[in-house]
Amino acid sequence: MTTRKITVNVNGTPREGEVEPRLLLVHFLREDLSMTGTHIGCDTTSCGACTVLLDGKAIKSCTAFAVQADGREVMTVEGLEKDGKLDRIQEGFHQEHGLQCGFCTPGMMMTTYALLKNNPSPSEHDIRWGISGNLCRCTGYVNIVKAIQYAAQKPAE
Amino acid sequence: MIPASFDYSSPKTLSEAISLLQQHGADAKILSGGQSLIPLMKLRMAAPKHVVDINGIDGLAYIKESGGFLTIGALTREADVDASQLVHDRYPLLADTAGVIGDPLVRNLATVAGNLAHADPANDHPATMLALGASVVATGPKGARTIAISDFFTGIFTTTLAPDEILTEIRVPMPQAGSGGAYLKVERKVGDFAAAAVAVQITLDGGSFTSAGIGLTNVGPMPIKATRAEKALVGKPAVESTIVEAARIAAEEADPAEDLRGSVDYKRSLVRVLTARALRLAITRAKGEH
Repeated sequence: MTTRKITVNVNGTPREGEVEPRLLLVHFLREDLSMTGTHIGCDTTSCGACTVLLDGKAIKSCTAFAVQADGREVMTVEGLEKDGKLDRIQEGFHQEHGLQCGFCTPGMMMTTYALLKNNPSPSEHDIRWGISGNLCRCTGYVNIVKAIQYAAQKPAE
Repeated sequence: MIPASFDYSSPKTLSEAISLLQQHGADAKILSGGQSLIPLMKLRMAAPKHVVDINGIDGLAYIKESGGFLTIGALTREADVDASQLVHDRYPLLADTAGVIGDPLVRNLATVAGNLAHADPANDHPATMLALGASVVATGPKGARTIAISDFFTGIFTTTLAPDEILTEIRVPMPQAGSGGAYLKVERKVGDFAAAAVAVQITLDGGSFTSAGIGLTNVGPMPIKATRAEKALVGKPAVESTIVEAARIAAEEADPAEDLRGSVDYKRSLVRVLTARALRLAITRAKGEH
């Protein structure tokens, strides 16, 4: 099968690739670009561990093809920290113990990033609704909600 | 899971997309939101030789009222429907439906048109569009034609769309005064298909039903329009005894199969209870009380 040349702006940097159309976006990020912060969990559009932002919208990167990101902007968990300083969301998950095993955390944080951009002062209900496409099997979500509330109370960088 | 290999096109115009479909026929699949197609391709339940990605075509994402209809474009995402004040104000049944499809991340990509064209009886919009009396516009090499939603579905995953046609627009009749609707779904967890769900759209005049549409989700091999239950409402007063009788009939019209989401009896019971609850909610909305 023929490959296609694509250029994806990942966390502000144009990244080129030559990919088969069937390559999933999550595999492009993890394998072609060696950016393994984005996790593969269920691989069936259920768990949200692979959540990234595509042109600012949170999507499951196991359910999009890399070719669909050609010419567009992708933000991954690697794009949160700036100059060695944690983003307010990363700080919130750290301060409020919003993780145990940490597998869901990159996806949770990317969903949170999009949630807070659209709704800077979410209620607990808004938060629980917002992360309803991201599964965590450790925490019972209580500390994840607290982590997001912590982040929401701090100004965005 | 890796899909089978395919060739990929990303046309910039509708006519270019249609000529690709003409060229590849039944070997081609249209990619819009991809939230049903890509999972099926990963499971290799679908293995199209050619994928025509219509996401690059301008002008297909809109929600607006015109010519007596609410019109929804082929690339309108569920999240955009859910975020639409117009939809929340005037089409509560549609707002309810868009809010319970998949999960918030899936809804950022998934499209209403794809939910219909995919024709999975477990999908939510088919029942809603049956209740609303909607129609769809299919655009192909010979131009556009309008198909009543009641003539659209022909079986599991099959519709009256020709292989070289694209579902380009959905048209929902603008509601008359005194109209209300609701969609109620029982799902085991966020993102799952419905164990059962019921869409209801009614119009009241002087305390009686003057029109009624009822659609049933995932309780048969095709989305079901509960026509006998609808007839049991029209012309009758909007009181509890009418509601209970229509709900009983809707449960009879359901044709569920036992699966991991429940037994036949359980699903029929869900249809009965959800129909009654949806009717009560639709009535309060029609009266402007909700």
